[in-house]
This record gives sequence, structure tokens and C-alpha cells, in this order.
Amino acid sequence: MKDALEQATSGGGKVSRDWGAIAPAVLVFALLALGPLAAEAYGGAYLTSLLMRMMLLAIAAISLDLLIGQGGMVSFGHAAFIGLGAYVAGIMITEGAADLAMILPMAIVASTVFAVVTGAISLRTSGVYFIMITLAFGQMLFFTASSLSAYGGDDGLTLWERSTVFGFDLLSSNVTLYYLILVTLIGAYALVGALVGSRFGRVLRAAKENPTRVEALGFSVFSYRLTAYVIAGVMAGVAGVLMANQAEFVSPSTLAWQRSGELIIMVVLGGMGLRNGALLGAVALVALEETLSSITHDWRLIFGPLLVLTVLYAKTGLAGVADAWVARLWRRA
Amino acid sequence: MSTTLLLIQLLNGLQLGVLLFLIAAGLTLVFGVMGFINLAHGVQYMVGAYLAVAFYGVTEHFLAAMVLALLAALAIGLALEFLVFRRLYHRDHLDQVLATFGVILFLNQAAKTIFGPTPLILPTPEWLDGSFLLVEGLLYPWYRIAVIVAGLAVAALLYVLVRHTKVGMLVRAGAANPQMVSALGVDIERLFMIVFGFGAMLAGFAGVLAAPIFSVEPGMGDDLLIVAFVVIIIGGIGSIKGAFIAALLVGLVDTLGRTLATDAMKLFFDVSSANQIGPALASMLIYILMAAVLFFRPTGLFPAKGMA
Repeated sequence: MKDALEQATSGGGKVSRDWGAIAPAVLVFALLALGPLAAEAYGGAYLTSLLMRMMLLAIAAISLDLLIGQGGMVSFGHAAFIGLGAYVAGIMITEGAADLAMILPMAIVASTVFAVVTGAISLRTSGVYFIMITLAFGQMLFFTASSLSAYGGDDGLTLWERSTVFGFDLLSSNVTLYYLILVTLIGAYALVGALVGSRFGRVLRAAKENPTRVEALGFSVFSYRLTAYVIAGVMAGVAGVLMANQAEFVSPSTLAWQRSGELIIMVVLGGMGLRNGALLGAVALVALEETLSSITHDWRLIFGPLLVLTVLYAKTGLAGVADAWVARLWRRA
Repeated sequence: MSTTLLLIQLLNGLQLGVLLFLIAAGLTLVFGVMGFINLAHGVQYMVGAYLAVAFYGVTEHFLAAMVLALLAALAIGLALEFLVFRRLYHRDHLDQVLATFGVILFLNQAAKTIFGPTPLILPTPEWLDGSFLLVEGLLYPWYRIAVIVAGLAVAALLYVLVRHTKVGMLVRAGAANPQMVSALGVDIERLFMIVFGFGAMLAGFAGVLAAPIFSVEPGMGDDLLIVAFVVIIIGGIGSIKGAFIAALLVGLVDTLGRTLATDAMKLFFDVSSANQIGPALASMLIYILMAAVLFFRPTGLFPAKGMA
């Protein structure tokens, strides 16, 4: 039991090298890999697109957890990066530069620039003020998107084709796009896992506990945090590029503040700073929304109180529960 | 840009500022005194507006509907405090954001389910119906003037309450140092409840005042809530004075920005770019203002917490 407790609380480090720690994620990835097959049997294109949306939100949530769970930086404007990536893709496809080899670097540059500028300003503040200033930057981007009348303005922008990959028309098939998204998701999960286990991650976590002491040890807390902010922003930007391709539609609602709130819910519901937290949170939230909305049109009447109850009574998040299960199985085996 | 139009926009800005103050006052106190982020505060504004419409349907009398709506808003606020929020004061900010987000989803959906998705209208009371000649050739509705006056009156009342009563003193002390107030033997739980109920009622009041001007619809408080947060961040969390000044500032900047931005941009760009940049810039203006304030003063203009 002590071992399980250690796993649940350490949130990285030696745990990331432990197979038991990533077992829940591997299970999720394996199930997701079967998604297109399941869609053949039932659900069809609807199930595929639902699962793709789920995976893209999971990428964004995983990147957000690097900020919240590891760095203690509660960004309330993370959807802005998804929107940035989505709009870069949307605009470039509309303008005829539809190849992913051009769109991806452009989206990465755009996210990096936005993250460096807004991060450098936001990181002057902390706590609640950080939450609100990231929200402010998110809103600025939201209104910029709404005013792009050449690209749909408030109504959004419909894309008539998807990106090509080095000139090949691979993504017009939902199955290829599906597996590209899955691979990106696994990559994002692995990248954040590696970062968490590295020296970089340790400094970030230490700065969350006690920034003054970390500063006194000779680290620049600001640079570490800004680096994390940029990495998370770029990851969400890449998710945005894929999201534009998946939905074949981009609109300001992609970066509305409610979307940023949803990402935070995923992270907290899943378990902040835990290896599988954001992933499980995203999967559970999208699945729950889908199930409830298929039961009743007024599903928010159930979802709202459910959220309140989860916060009040389930304090470790889903990943905490999953970790405890895995630990129990491990000991029995 | 004529002076008449400018005058109208000044009045409209003042009116928005006053409404924002009514919402922000409760928000900043709850935030400052209890360290509690209440995203559901915007829903209290919506609840006030819907209650006014509902009670007007029964009483057919504006003032009666307003009084009943205020009492009901107070009751709903206290019920929420008792059922949910009370358990969250000692929790992490993130938990608070999440749980109150759940409350928003529930109440917005409840409003939609009960009253339907179509916007409702609360008629202006007859004795305030009509307009007066503001300047030559320009009418301004009496009701909007009444909103400004009512808002300023509440602001003055709040000032007296907070500055010159015992409860007000405790609230101020609570915003500056809650542990110390509690250590001195004040029942901080009861203080919290009073502040919370009062804040909910003020937001409800703003909703009632706004109901005849804006359409009453589910989610009407969501965007205003974000603007109210901008107000209390600019003003400094926990400061009523800061909230008042920042609310008027934000109201004026937002309203004047929307009329002036496009013209201002025409000085720098050609007409078609200006027509595109102008409205975008106008919507962003308050967020730029907030980012700028935080850049120079990371805890707002009038921070209530002393050295901490």
C-alpha cells in the first residue's frame, strides 16, 4: 500500500519507468487503436469522429497538465493555442497552402511566438492573477478570430479539403487521419512523461512547491516556467491543426473561454500531475458528455451536479483511482 | 463623431459600468474575504433577471416583482452557499473553479428547461417609460437614467455599510487578514454567509435592472461574469473602491471603444482594414487594459491585502 501511495503522490520520476504506472494509458491506447474497427461494426463515421475529437482534446489536456500539474500554472486560456493552430491550418488551406509540411511549422512558429509573448507577461503574476491574465490573452485571440471577416468571422470557416502530406492526399481518408491523431496522442503522452521524469520536470515541480528556494539554488524559475509554457502551447497548437482537419471547420468557438474551462475540468477530473490523469480525464469527460446527451436533451442538469459531487468527494481524480487498482493487481500477480 | 453621440455613449458607458459594479461588488468581496473564486456569480445575475420576469407575470407590477425577485435571489444564493460553496472555502482554487462551473451548467440549463431557449423581455415600468430631450434633437430613455441613479445609490449605500458599520469593518478586516479576524473571535462562517448572500442579491439586482434593457436568456451572465472578473482584477481583489472605479473605467472604455475604435483606426489604415481592425480592437480593449494594469501593478490598482 505504501508503494501505491508513493506512486499516486510522486507524479513522475521513477514512476514513469515503471510499467504499472503506464498500464492504464496503454490500455486506453490499445482500445483506441481498435476504434476504426469498432466503427465498421457499429456507430460508423460518427464514432470515428467522436473518438478523434476525444483524442485531440486529450492531447490539449495532457499539455495543459504540464502547466497545471507540474508547474502549478493554472492557465485559463489554453484553448487559445488550439484555436491558433486550427486557424493557421484553416487559413493556409483556404489560401491553397494545404500541405502539412508547410502548415505544421507555421503553426509551431505561431504558437511559440504567442506563448513567448503572453507567457513572459503572464508569468509576472501568480495565483489568481495568472488565471485571469491568461484568460485575458485567450479572449483577445477569441475576438481577433471573430473579426477575421475574410475567414468567416463569427460564423467560422468551412474547409473544402483536408491537408496533404508531402503532396500525398493521405488525410482525406478518416482512417489515416485517425491513426495520425492516435500516434500524435501517444507522442504527446510520451513527451510529457519524459519531461516529467527529467531534470527539467524536477525543477518545475520544485518551483511549484517553493520558488524562492529553487531560485536560491541558482535556477531561473521564470525561464523554466516560460519553457514549459511554450512547450504546452506548441502541443495544443499541433492538436489544433489536426482538429481543423478533422472537423473541416474552424470557428471562434474553438477558442472560447468555456473550452479552456473544459480542458481544466479534464485535467482535474483525471487527477492533476498524475501520469495518466489528463488522458483519462479527457476520455472520461467526452464519453460522459456523449452518454448523458444521448439520454436526455437536458443533460447538463445531470452533468452539472455530477461535476460538483466529483469535486466534493473524489479528491484524487480518476488516475488516482486507476493507480490504486493497478497497484492492487500488481501485488496479487 | 459629434458631441451628442459622444454624450450618449458616455451615458451608456456609465450605465454598463454601474451594472458591472453591482456584479463585481459581490464578486470582489467573496473573493477577497473568503479567497473563493465563484464562477457561478454570473448566473446569479441571470437568476435575478428570470425571477423578475416570472414575478412580473404574477404581480404585473415592476417594483413588487423587483422586491420579490431580490428576496428570491437572496434565498437561492444562501441555499447554494449552504449546499455547495460552504464546503469549498478551504479547498484549492481549482476545485472552486470546477465546482462552480458545474453550478453554472446546471442553472443555465435549468433556466433553459423552465423558461425555454427564446429570449424573454421584462417591460419597462410605465412611470419610467418614455424619453426626455437630452440635447437638441436627441431623446434619451428615462429608464436608463434610472438604472444609473439606482446603481450609484447602491454604490453609496455600500460605501456607508462597508466604511461606517461594524459588519462593514469586519468585512474589510476579513479581506485584509481573515485568519486574524477569526482568531479575534469573530464567527467567520457567519460573516461569509452574510457577505455571500448580500453579493448574490446585488448580482440579482443588476439582473433585474438589466432585464428591460437586454434580452433575458440562458447564459446571459456568462460573458458579463468574465468582464466582472476583469473589473475586480483591475480594481484589486477585495476592494470595493477598486471595483467601483474599475467598473466605471471598464464600462466607459468598452462603450466608447466600440464607437471610437474604427474611426481611430482610420487614422492609421485604409478604410476597409480599419473597418475590420476597429471592432476587433474594441472587443479586446478591456482585456488589453487588464493586461497592461497587471503588467505594471501585478495585484491591481487598489489591492486590499496589506503586504501579503
